[in-house]
Amino acid sequence: MANDFEPVIIGFTCNWCSYRAADVAGTTRLKYAPNVRLIRLMCSGRIDPTFVLKALADGADGVLITGCHPGDCHYLEQNYKALRRHRLLQRTLAQLGVEPERVHLTWASAAEGAIFAATIDRFVERVRALGPLRWPARPKPLPVAVAPELAEEALP
Amino acid sequence: MTDQPQQHQQEQGQEERIGVYVCHCGTNIAGVIDVGSVRDFAGEGLKGRGVVLSRDYTFMCSTTGQELIQKDIAEHGLTRVVVAACSPHLHEGTFRTACDRAGLNPYLCELASIREHVAWVHTDHDAATTKAKAIVSGAIERARHSVPLEAIHVPVDAATLVVGGGIAGLQAALEIADAGHEVYLVEREPSVGGHMAQFDKTFPTLDCAACILTPKMAAAGSHPHLHLHTWSEVEKVEGFVGNFTVTVRRKPRYVLEDVCTGCGICIEKCPVVVVDDAYEAGIGYRKAIYMPFPQAVPKLPVLDPDTCTYYLKGKGSCRACEKFCPTEPNSIDFNQTEQRINLRVGNIVLATGFDLFDARRIPQYGYGRLPNVFTNLELERMCNASGPTGGAITLRDGRTAPKSVGIIHCVGSRDRNYNNYCSAICCMQSLKLAHLVRERTGAEVHNFYIDLRTAFKDYDEFYQRVLDEGVHFVRGKVAEVSEVPRGPDEAEGKLYVQVEDTLIGMQRRIPVDMVVLSAGIEPRHDAKQVGQTFGIACSANGWFIEKHAKLDPISTMTEGVFLAGCAQGPKDIPASVSQGAAAAARVLMRIRQGELALEPVRASIDAERCSGCRICNALCPFNAISYDAAGGVSAINSALCQGCGTCVAACPAGAIAGSGFSNEQVLAQIEGLLLTNLEPAEALT
Ligand code: FES
Repeated sequence: MANDFEPVIIGFTCNWCSYRAADVAGTTRLKYAPNVRLIRLMCSGRIDPTFVLKALADGADGVLITGCHPGDCHYLEQNYKALRRHRLLQRTLAQLGVEPERVHLTWASAAEGAIFAATIDRFVERVRALGPLRWPARPKPLPVAVAPELAEEALP
Repeated sequence: MTDQPQQHQQEQGQEERIGVYVCHCGTNIAGVIDVGSVRDFAGEGLKGRGVVLSRDYTFMCSTTGQELIQKDIAEHGLTRVVVAACSPHLHEGTFRTACDRAGLNPYLCELASIREHVAWVHTDHDAATTKAKAIVSGAIERARHSVPLEAIHVPVDAATLVVGGGIAGLQAALEIADAGHEVYLVEREPSVGGHMAQFDKTFPTLDCAACILTPKMAAAGSHPHLHLHTWSEVEKVEGFVGNFTVTVRRKPRYVLEDVCTGCGICIEKCPVVVVDDAYEAGIGYRKAIYMPFPQAVPKLPVLDPDTCTYYLKGKGSCRACEKFCPTEPNSIDFNQTEQRINLRVGNIVLATGFDLFDARRIPQYGYGRLPNVFTNLELERMCNASGPTGGAITLRDGRTAPKSVGIIHCVGSRDRNYNNYCSAICCMQSLKLAHLVRERTGAEVHNFYIDLRTAFKDYDEFYQRVLDEGVHFVRGKVAEVSEVPRGPDEAEGKLYVQVEDTLIGMQRRIPVDMVVLSAGIEPRHDAKQVGQTFGIACSANGWFIEKHAKLDPISTMTEGVFLAGCAQGPKDIPASVSQGAAAAARVLMRIRQGELALEPVRASIDAERCSGCRICNALCPFNAISYDAAGGVSAINSALCQGCGTCVAACPAGAIAGSGFSNEQVLAQIEGLLLTNLEPAEALT
């Protein structure tokens, strides 16, 4: 069955490994699906679940979270914290009626441009198969750890 | 540093005057992305988001491109600059500096990576253009929430740590020490010198390796500013550029370093003889107390408790070394234990070298099974006048000179089953060994090669010379080395090299007395672990990754950690020396500057909003967050904070601000990235 739905995906990368993997994929001219738009953070530990929910609420069909391999985090072990948050977030998503597979976590070292590209291709196909998320964009949902200004904004 | 970026975030965006610049990068970007369309999208479609001008230009990073930005800042009063070009890892600094020159705070300049992340990785022009627009829109939204920041200045400790005492590390250490700065050279083996100390001659000039290396080793041993820690390993590295604290584990030598004179009597008297599989590559012997080689630096023996009778048979036995030691007090100390010392350094040079490919992994070549199959390193030791055979090239029996020798190139290199890369040194090393074998034994020599790679100064001339000397070259990958004669024409007691000679298109079996395997070089077996200690990554092949493959093969992604020698990738002696010198130059530059400007990416807590829940306290790997019980709030020590942002993400009260990557910036960027789901016209509203 042909599926011409083009998902939009937000990808979070850490400055030290996965963003560099994306750079390496570029310098080596690997080709991958154009559906993922990257955001660079210093570390995967910086990823606030709010960011992910915000992306989904604002129209993304999936979110890709990437960081350094376990043991390689530039800040020692913060990617383990990202891992924990990802697990928790997936449970929350299920409760909100969103397929947890829409938020995928993976590791990529600065050398793994090819792996990074392949991961993107695979994830895009997975989200494509899930179909559009169609999360009503507004009013904004109130997720777990909301920044207060957002909370205020969302009040009537 | 910013204290409360949140305060001035909300309305600020509205009055911004943003300039957008879309780079063609020649055809690199413009060949895939419709640059004009991206420019118009930003310039017209995003007017409502504060964009006052949008331009495209062939090469934004050129002087003209930078001047364009500077001029616009002056003339149009830009308050934010967004450059859609290459990865920020390449040119963020360039454009930030340009903004700074024009009087705009450099942290108000935002890069949108549309080359590495779009043009180079996508082929569909429409999809690529749409994605580029999304990235530009994300960068614009992010920039609207950027705040001016000041770089953080940290002092640089003038002492340097060099890890690895091979030729690359020695070079780096000596150059820094010669400039008058303290250097700690940590070497895992009992002596400095590295692999080069094992060689006999060096290509292409055939200089004696020891003659050119030992003066450097001696200089390192006696230099007033160079502190050797041999038989030691780096265990832990804490802190950051300018200010590292390094824990070095000194393994027990069982010899008192300040008392021992290196007279060697203990070695002479030691009754235990064992195979030396380190320095002598397994073809020579050493005692249980030994110095790896006569010119070792420091000139101190080391006792190996795994083979020493005292340790094996229990107290009271042997102790010959102790009995005969002439020093007062006695230099032998059977009770010595491991020691840990802490060093404070500003910069680190990693020159940890390589391991030799284990030729046993290719069973069809027979190494370890057929006695007269040798490795290149074994032959190096044999050629060496101070080696186990006194410089004579012999078969495994130690007496018979070979009449014919086959040298197989690329063993374990350029081979998908083992390492796919070229080890870079084996062609020249094989040619050198061919020359030495011919010179010393007059034997017929066959070199079996896939391709001959003799790039670099005087290398091809050396190849010509070896050709003229009558060495035979067979182009083809050797299938097998066998001792079994095939048919009556083949004699017993020979080794048969089975190869397809691709130049004549024929299978050949060449009988030889001795086979030498030019084993390639590999990353150290523990390179990954060492990389983790120093916070740097390894490539897919296991070499330490440099900051930029072409423009910066010396730095790493971790500030203050530099690379030299084969740890970064296969290279020969001149290249290792050059890289060691280059690393030293980098370190000296840092020391000269005295202080460093670091990215002002730091977290800070707004005491007003902090509820004192202490969730953040345990999350910080650098212990930068402490709880003030009196005030009932947590506080961040910005000198310890490294800016990972984990606490920012965890604070349930939103009380922690992360400068450079604030919640507002990231949330706005998400909005911006998703804005272009709509067509530009709709996006306006
Ligand atoms: S720096 Fe990459 S995950 Fe922490």
